[in-house]
Amino acid sequence: MSDPQLFVDDLHVRFRTPQRMVHAVRGVSFTVGREKVGIVGESGSGKSTVGRAILRLTAPNATVAARRMEFQGVDLAGASETAMLKVRGRRIGMIMQDPRYALDPVMRVGEQIGEALDGRGLSAAVRREQVLAMLEAVRIRNPQRVYDLYPHEVSGGMGQRIMIAMMLLPEPDLMIADEPTSALDVTVRMQVLAILDELVTSRGLGLIFISHDLNLVASFCDRVLIMYSGRIVEECRAEELAAARHPYTRGLLASLPRIEARRERLAVLQRDPAWLDG
Amino acid sequence: MIEVADLRVSFGRGASLVHAVDGVSFGVREGETFGLVGESGCGKSTVLRALCGLNPEWSGGISFGGVALARPPDRGFFRRVQMVFQDPFGSLHPRHTVNTTLGEPLAIHGIGDRDRRIVEVLEQVGLGPAFRYRYPHQLSGGQRQRLAIARALILEPRVLLLDEPTSALDVSVQAEILNLLTDMRRARGLTCILVSHDLAVVAHMCDRLAVMMQGRIVEELDVAALAAGRTVTDYATGLLAASRGYDRQLAARFVVEDGA
Repeated sequence: MSDPQLFVDDLHVRFRTPQRMVHAVRGVSFTVGREKVGIVGESGSGKSTVGRAILRLTAPNATVAARRMEFQGVDLAGASETAMLKVRGRRIGMIMQDPRYALDPVMRVGEQIGEALDGRGLSAAVRREQVLAMLEAVRIRNPQRVYDLYPHEVSGGMGQRIMIAMMLLPEPDLMIADEPTSALDVTVRMQVLAILDELVTSRGLGLIFISHDLNLVASFCDRVLIMYSGRIVEECRAEELAAARHPYTRGLLASLPRIEARRERLAVLQRDPAWLDG
Repeated sequence: MIEVADLRVSFGRGASLVHAVDGVSFGVREGETFGLVGESGCGKSTVLRALCGLNPEWSGGISFGGVALARPPDRGFFRRVQMVFQDPFGSLHPRHTVNTTLGEPLAIHGIGDRDRRIVEVLEQVGLGPAFRYRYPHQLSGGQRQRLAIARALILEPRVLLLDEPTSALDVSVQAEILNLLTDMRRARGLTCILVSHDLAVVAHMCDRLAVMMQGRIVEELDVAALAAGRTVTDYATGLLAASRGYDRQLAARFVVEDGA
């Protein structure tokens, strides 16, 4: 692991609802360096909320509190909204699950990627050139043609590569990817992962990879954090996930169907109330 | 039990004509579970929709138990063949209680003894009588899928068609639903066709499977061959490899296709 750039210590996120206070993230601590860190968990475990809280993109009814949440010297928990604008998208990028919802449907692909360069005083020609170069970096073969397409004219895999291109243009140091490949076919998923993998290696990017897919995270990431009910219940090296100790992690692994080892029945996860506190 | 011969389904006309299913043939024996796998747009769900009469525009031959599928299928057909859909949020009427949802197929087919049947099927899918007067929004994703399975089973069909029945569920819930399907299949001697993009789910549930690509079956094999990695075609081999997780060397082999 390289030197950490992101420090999260004792992060809590609470949502105020008309009925009650929902404590969605309960004391999460981790660091991220120039590496691939996976956050795995089931629906409602708080994994996406962690990703959003780092960028302060949580809904207005949420309160985010942390003993320390710092990225390259910027206090993310205490920074003003103006200061956050300098971080969001510029130093920390975010890739969402479904490019169809995350891209503007009435704007050409190239133009919306170029928006990331707004305010830099670049000429239209230079800007176009940079966008085209970035499209090429995410292995789009014919960037000239793709530049002028609308989002509905591209496939899911290409849409996701376009999102990655858009997020990379400001040259961030950390990327948060929330289920970036869950909507993609397995072979397309491989291509998108290969691009992310190369970026981490060649550009020294840090990556937070949020996913529900244990196998994928184990094979792709360097480190894995397993979340259950708003807490990190286990942290391990990705290649050691199979030897995980926490009963929740073990239960999840056992409930996965496997191609090479068929069983009559799958193990069903028996949830233990004690996991809520540890 | 199920015979499909040279099935073709196309959409659109003229220049925009798309052959979604382009000559697919396979057979499923009584009591067997057959898997159809492939990536988005390969036509696997379209095959299933044609089989259950949801897509009347097809050509070729489909027969169940030696009886050719009529167009439109007669009422008796739906007593023998039922379907479970992918999305338990979209496939249940939001303003019908569990009781109404389960009672409707019985009413349509004029089957009496509804109370007993509803209570019984709820018990079998592990929901219990407490769920009888709830609405879908009061159920979790896994419970809704149990309800969808109960609705399919209440007519006591011989054939169950499953279209990605667990892809909207968490893995721990997926395990519960797959176990339920295994139990129901054994208890009732069901013949099933399972459509999925997830090779692990197909390997777990099926006896044999067909890999589809661009409207055609490119390879048919049994699950033992799949587990041992004995795929023949490049496409099926690649699909199997990609399903095993990320691998840097392997990823380099997948060519980026800008098909947009």
